[in-house]
Amino acid sequence: MNAARLFVFIAAFLAVANPPARADDIPLAERRSGYDQMSAALKAMQDDDTANPGMLWVLEGEALWSAKATTAGKACADCHGDGTESMKGVAARHPAYDEKRGQVVNLAGRIEACRVERQGLAPLGPDAKESLALAAYVARQSRNLPITIDEKALATTIAAGRQLFIARQGHLDLSCAHCHEANWGRKLAGLPLSQGHTTGYPLYRLEWQSLGSLYRRLRACLFGMRAAYYPPGATEYLALETYLMWRARGLPMESPAVRP
Amino acid sequence: MTAPRAIVNVPAKARKGEIIAISALIGHVMENGFRYTTTGVLRPRDIITSFVALYNGEEIFSAQFFPAVAANPFISFHTVATESGTIQLRWTGDNGFAATHRAKIAVE
Amino acid sequence: MTMAPRTEHDTAGRRAFLRFATAFAAVVAVFAPRRSPANEVPPQLQAGSRSSPRPLTPAEIQAAVHRVTGGAKVTPGRVKLDLPPIVENGNSVHCTVTVQSPMTPADYVKSVHIFTERNPQPNVIGVRLGPRAGLAKFSARIRLADTQKVTAIAEMSDGTFWSDRAEIVVTGGACLEDT
Repeated sequence: MNAARLFVFIAAFLAVANPPARADDIPLAERRSGYDQMSAALKAMQDDDTANPGMLWVLEGEALWSAKATTAGKACADCHGDGTESMKGVAARHPAYDEKRGQVVNLAGRIEACRVERQGLAPLGPDAKESLALAAYVARQSRNLPITIDEKALATTIAAGRQLFIARQGHLDLSCAHCHEANWGRKLAGLPLSQGHTTGYPLYRLEWQSLGSLYRRLRACLFGMRAAYYPPGATEYLALETYLMWRARGLPMESPAVRP
Repeated sequence: MTAPRAIVNVPAKARKGEIIAISALIGHVMENGFRYTTTGVLRPRDIITSFVALYNGEEIFSAQFFPAVAANPFISFHTVATESGTIQLRWTGDNGFAATHRAKIAVE
Repeated sequence: MTMAPRTEHDTAGRRAFLRFATAFAAVVAVFAPRRSPANEVPPQLQAGSRSSPRPLTPAEIQAAVHRVTGGAKVTPGRVKLDLPPIVENGNSVHCTVTVQSPMTPADYVKSVHIFTERNPQPNVIGVRLGPRAGLAKFSARIRLADTQKVTAIAEMSDGTFWSDRAEIVVTGGACLEDT
């Protein structure tokens, strides 16, 4: 092996084994969920399960959980039993590395794979009503559990996500980090910028008047930055989601959260 | 089509004469009829227009909703627990929308 | 200073200019965009922008109130309208109204109505109460299109009307945007 190849090999090994240095990351102890910056009224809306609009989707998901899918005749409950028990902690540890598929999969992807492969249903994508309802139901079972992402198994994807997070893009030449690392807490269009932790997805956003996925929120950010959307299903979304969930590691899940 | 999801909070038990709080949250888009799509097409109005609460068949509260009521409408109100029975909540609206939810209450 | 005498050259130039101007105006009239239903400005946006809807006129608000009161006197008091002083988004604002009343069959609150000034229309919600309520207090989530004053009017069983007003700052307005 010549010197150049050796150099490349060492550099690649270090890049994979050690995710890039994070000198400008928010210190772990100073990380805050966007919940902290909300008004008392919105906090109350999120905290009360009888008043949180996101719970309407959780109810829908609970019904879908027990519903027999038409083609294969199986319900989620047939394999997974009582979702309130079997799904505890699942959302808090996704995205995860799927050994069988040899790829990173997020919660929405896992649910869709089950519906397509084991229930014989057509794929709908993460923003369809059924997908959101099931994601909300499953994520609700991780409420208050700390986010735990397998850093070793997902190192490459986390690194890729971080590159997207700090890259300038769009007409305004902004990166996610400009707002959510360098200027969190300051106001943008009258509202405080959050640190951008993905602790509460899928969440009920007042602006949407509906429950929506992280991907919908990322597209809204890209729109605000006047940057082009990544195409539907692009690996960029998954890389960003993986990085963001890793970045929020240890913070408790809040799904379904409420946000303005 | 599945029934619209609703989350209703009625105390299961109450003392006779006690003033209880009832809250109700129902899924509905409450399209106000003033919004346009990006191509200039008006989104037609589609709202819940009426909410009625009956306690063993007698009206204890009712409301007329206008487009300014938020999507996925939430309402809470009070009533005196008089006797055991059923509290029925009924929503009706545009395009033949109708939803009913019943909750039992035991009053001693 | 005397005016320079009109020359034939000047007159010819003026005529040419007039001919040109008329022709130009005709061309503009032929090719100017026509008002069609698709690009007509909807009434509620005409005197304002998308993010700042035009305020309702006092006449419009009075007409809505009149439908409830029939022109009867409305006295400030006995009603408490609870709204946050500032909200992040006007799409879902928690609103509580409490009216002082014994709520007995002889003396109770018959109805409560909430009105806005800067929404596309003045009515928000009209609530019917009665002695069975025990407490004249209810909450709802309402939409507010802009920073404005909101009014609650209560009708008592004795036929009198009472009111309260609250000011609220709305950071992100509701009703008209579609994201």
